[in-house]
Amino acid sequence: MKPHAFDYVRATSLQDIFGVLDKHGDDAKILAGGQSLVPAMNMRLAAPRVIVDVNAIEALHGIAVVGDMLRIGAMTRYVEIAASDLVARHAPLIVRAVPFIAHAAIRNRGTFGGSLCNADPASELPACVLAERAVFNISSSTGERSVAANDFFLGTYTTALEPTEVLLSVDVPLSGPDSRYFFDEVARRQGDYAMAGLAARAEVRGGVLVDARLVFFAVSDMPLMVSATAALLEGQAPGSVDAEAICEALIQNVTPQQDLTTSSVTKEHLMKVLTRRAIAAFAREEA
Amino acid sequence: MSDRSAVSVLDTPNSYIGRSVSRPNAKRLAQGRATYVDDIMLPRMVHLAFCRSPYAHAEILSIDGTAALALPGVLRVVTMADLQDYCTPWVGVLDHLKGIKSAPQWPLANGKVFFQGEPVVAIVASNRAIAEDAADLIEVDYKELPPVTDAETALDPDTPVIHPELGDNLCFERSIDSGDVDAAFASAAVVVEESFHFNRHTAVTLEPRSIICDYNPADENLTLHMSVQCPHMSKHLYAKHLGLDENKVRVICKDIGGSFGLKIHTYSDEMAAGALTVMLGRPVKFIADRLESFVTDIHARDHRVTAKMAFAQDGEVTAVEMDDITGIGPYSVYPRSSGIEMNQVVNLTAGPYKHLNYRVRARAVFQNKGVMCQYRGVGHPIAVAVGEALVDKGAAALGMDPAEVRRRSFIPDDAYPYTSPSGAIYERQSHRQSLDKLVTIMDYEGLRREQRALRERGVYRGIGFASLIEVTNPSPAFYGVGGARIASQDGCTIRLDPTGGITCATGVTEQGQGTETIIAQIAASAVGVAPGQVRVITGDTDVVPYGGGTWASRGAGIGGEAALQAGKELRRNILEVAGAILQTAPENLDVRDGMIVDAKGFNERMPLAELGRLVYFRGDTLPDGLQPELVATKHYVSRSYPFAFTNAAHACLAEVDVETGLVSLLKYWVVEDCGTVINPLLVAEQTRGGVVQGIGAALYEECLYSPEGQMINGSMADYLVPMAAEMPEIYVDHVTTPTETSELGAKGVGEAGTAGAPGAVMNAINDALEPFDTRLSHMPFTPDKILRALGKT
Repeated sequence: MKPHAFDYVRATSLQDIFGVLDKHGDDAKILAGGQSLVPAMNMRLAAPRVIVDVNAIEALHGIAVVGDMLRIGAMTRYVEIAASDLVARHAPLIVRAVPFIAHAAIRNRGTFGGSLCNADPASELPACVLAERAVFNISSSTGERSVAANDFFLGTYTTALEPTEVLLSVDVPLSGPDSRYFFDEVARRQGDYAMAGLAARAEVRGGVLVDARLVFFAVSDMPLMVSATAALLEGQAPGSVDAEAICEALIQNVTPQQDLTTSSVTKEHLMKVLTRRAIAAFAREEA
Repeated sequence: MSDRSAVSVLDTPNSYIGRSVSRPNAKRLAQGRATYVDDIMLPRMVHLAFCRSPYAHAEILSIDGTAALALPGVLRVVTMADLQDYCTPWVGVLDHLKGIKSAPQWPLANGKVFFQGEPVVAIVASNRAIAEDAADLIEVDYKELPPVTDAETALDPDTPVIHPELGDNLCFERSIDSGDVDAAFASAAVVVEESFHFNRHTAVTLEPRSIICDYNPADENLTLHMSVQCPHMSKHLYAKHLGLDENKVRVICKDIGGSFGLKIHTYSDEMAAGALTVMLGRPVKFIADRLESFVTDIHARDHRVTAKMAFAQDGEVTAVEMDDITGIGPYSVYPRSSGIEMNQVVNLTAGPYKHLNYRVRARAVFQNKGVMCQYRGVGHPIAVAVGEALVDKGAAALGMDPAEVRRRSFIPDDAYPYTSPSGAIYERQSHRQSLDKLVTIMDYEGLRREQRALRERGVYRGIGFASLIEVTNPSPAFYGVGGARIASQDGCTIRLDPTGGITCATGVTEQGQGTETIIAQIAASAVGVAPGQVRVITGDTDVVPYGGGTWASRGAGIGGEAALQAGKELRRNILEVAGAILQTAPENLDVRDGMIVDAKGFNERMPLAELGRLVYFRGDTLPDGLQPELVATKHYVSRSYPFAFTNAAHACLAEVDVETGLVSLLKYWVVEDCGTVINPLLVAEQTRGGVVQGIGAALYEECLYSPEGQMINGSMADYLVPMAAEMPEIYVDHVTTPTETSELGAKGVGEAGTAGAPGAVMNAINDALEPFDTRLSHMPFTPDKILRALGKT
């Protein structure tokens, strides 16, 4: 469990990062919190030739309201999100997810952007930003671009990020008075990868649910937004949704991937359990 | 042998026996100032890594280490052909396990590989990272052979034979047929039957297996810095297989980060480090990393059991019949064999009960998986869980309370000594008393009321009992009679130093459980000083008396008795000298808190430091003809009984979320009887730690293998160990039935928690699910299995 030899660059500016990425491409890896990359290197599952440590770059840190979005810097640590009044007020879904992420030592070090770029299908935050319809602000030596969360995740550990690009921040649409949230997961031990998890958001306008989004994680090769099922909630009063009908529709459309100890049919069952809980939560928050 | 006169050190007012003395070594461990093997750096030391088999079963066609050897920093790339002259093979059998067989093992694979992770090529390099780089460059050409992975079909005629020279895949078989089992089942009021799976799991010590082998060709001395539980056994084995004079081998164990039975076995990679230091004349370090540990450390359990139990109408257990098959990997592990676990299942199933009709057959079979061998509890968790699950199932069938069925079936507390149908002899146990205390402290009736009330609200709680016996304080009957040079006796050398301090060298070892603390308490009490005045030395074969080390819960009972007797001898010697100096008879004096005092009235006469000064520096002032002996050595071996059996009663309160299949353990209670309690705090810690490992077996831990023999969850991300957040409060209480075989009266306690918890958790889950008319008996009890049992998936 010793990594292959690698070079280490401590970047102090975005230009430093671009310099390394432009030169080494796929052979370079950005070191954020290191909570996934470093174990992967020690286990020789990853063997980058160059590590670019971006911890010292101020531009990647910080949480602020920008227009009608909450901007969360890529290097914001989980522990900072958990303690942030801004996130609690404007993006409560993300705050609710943080306690489920691993353990305190990992939350002290791990980063928001690192989790998103790692794109582990069992991770909590990718599902949250999908449910929030967040926007990814990405930069490279040739300029900046924005990518919708829906277009960012491409598969297990795979994102729309090019080898020469770096994630700067993520913009999350501000929570409104009508917004309803649900986050939960079922795991065998606290901090484990979930057997199944659900991040959900909906608005309640005129007494009915609109714009509902249900995003499951740990059930597929990437966070799974079930739009057709969520559409069935549209226009229904939060307290009178036929949860069983929604659950039936859900499993018509989805076949979850099994993991080492949880079968597909168990995951399917747990997805239904979570769906019922989300529907109940939407009704409860309304009351 | 017992000496319970009024002068027993156990009863004196200044005795430290029975007090929760805190651990003197805890501060060092907590501050990160321990010395583990990996902390030791020796001049000219080189590092070892291995190219390991990716296949469970294959023939090695060729090995090309050219590229690896060319890497800067690589000193040697070594195959078994290179080590033939440096190390002899070993075979893990014992004479007294009739018919047990196994195949020879070498430090590296010798032509074939038999499990994934088996070391094939050793790389010696200037550091571990380079050695790992080199390992990646080694090209081994394998011809895959059909893997045998399923224990239940390992003996089928069409299953390939793993070691053709052995004739079949059967390592060991043992049967007992005692009483009239058929008649007992035929006349039973109720018969219950169940099949069980006991998952293969592993120890996951915080400190992995670690060794530095340092051979000095000039004086032909070999020094081994090892993380082991039994230094003298290792000294013998390395001398024997490396062809060295045993007198020239020294084993040193400083701090050890957990062992749980993992570190009493012979491992190929460690023996390779021994062969290589002799080859190179340089210190060779090997530290197993976590990935290597998962596939090469011994695994545990892996049993498939079918069993049935007969009951009389009044609830009494009348007969037990069972069949056990256990998969042990490709070898019986050396030198203790992989037959002992199965043997314990045969000997101890339903052990607390007085039934006389007992039929059991058990078989250990070879398979192409990691090796299975002794781990904390050795066979007991299987024996306990099978017996206790059947008792609960029988109680349900009879419509009786499970605690009441136990009371009616226990060997009565006054029926000892008692010989079990398997031939085990029990000196004295307290099952009834322990269970009665347990139901009181847990408020059993209150819990049953709460359980009924909560069920009305859709909350499903269950109460599970497990009564158990545990083999401790082994005599030579365990290994010695089988021809293994594993000492069951142990010794203690104790010395009064000039300052009045005590130095105490013991053959039993410390790996985090507190051995050094209790030895200090015993020595302090026996001599008459404070525990802080006692320096305890363990784990150095050049220094400590010859002994077995720590296994089978023997440290306190065997090592403690030796310390007690050595301390008493030193006290007698001190008083003889003191009497001569103070011109009085020794029996008029005593030692208290480091001071020679009058035996009556306790007037202070002379500090031990003054006695030490006179003896060591002013011998000219002592009376003629007095030769003070301020060092005493005593040994102890258990002889009057083969083992001292500890007993305990466990109870678990669990809640099953029938929606998610998750199990929450709410509370756990243990009433244990380990005889004399030397340190209540450490007994409680040992019990709690053991329970936690048993909970791990019941709910979380499992080495998952593919049909091809690949371990598919060999990392801390995928292999779930029990963690603090999920653990219940564990309440520990005591019943004290000292063993009469020693003056100290202590039995072992290190493994009883692990023995009881899987059964208690299983019973609690089944009790919780009673309204659903379903039972689970295949560990670990994952949400997947629970939801399936509930018909939800």
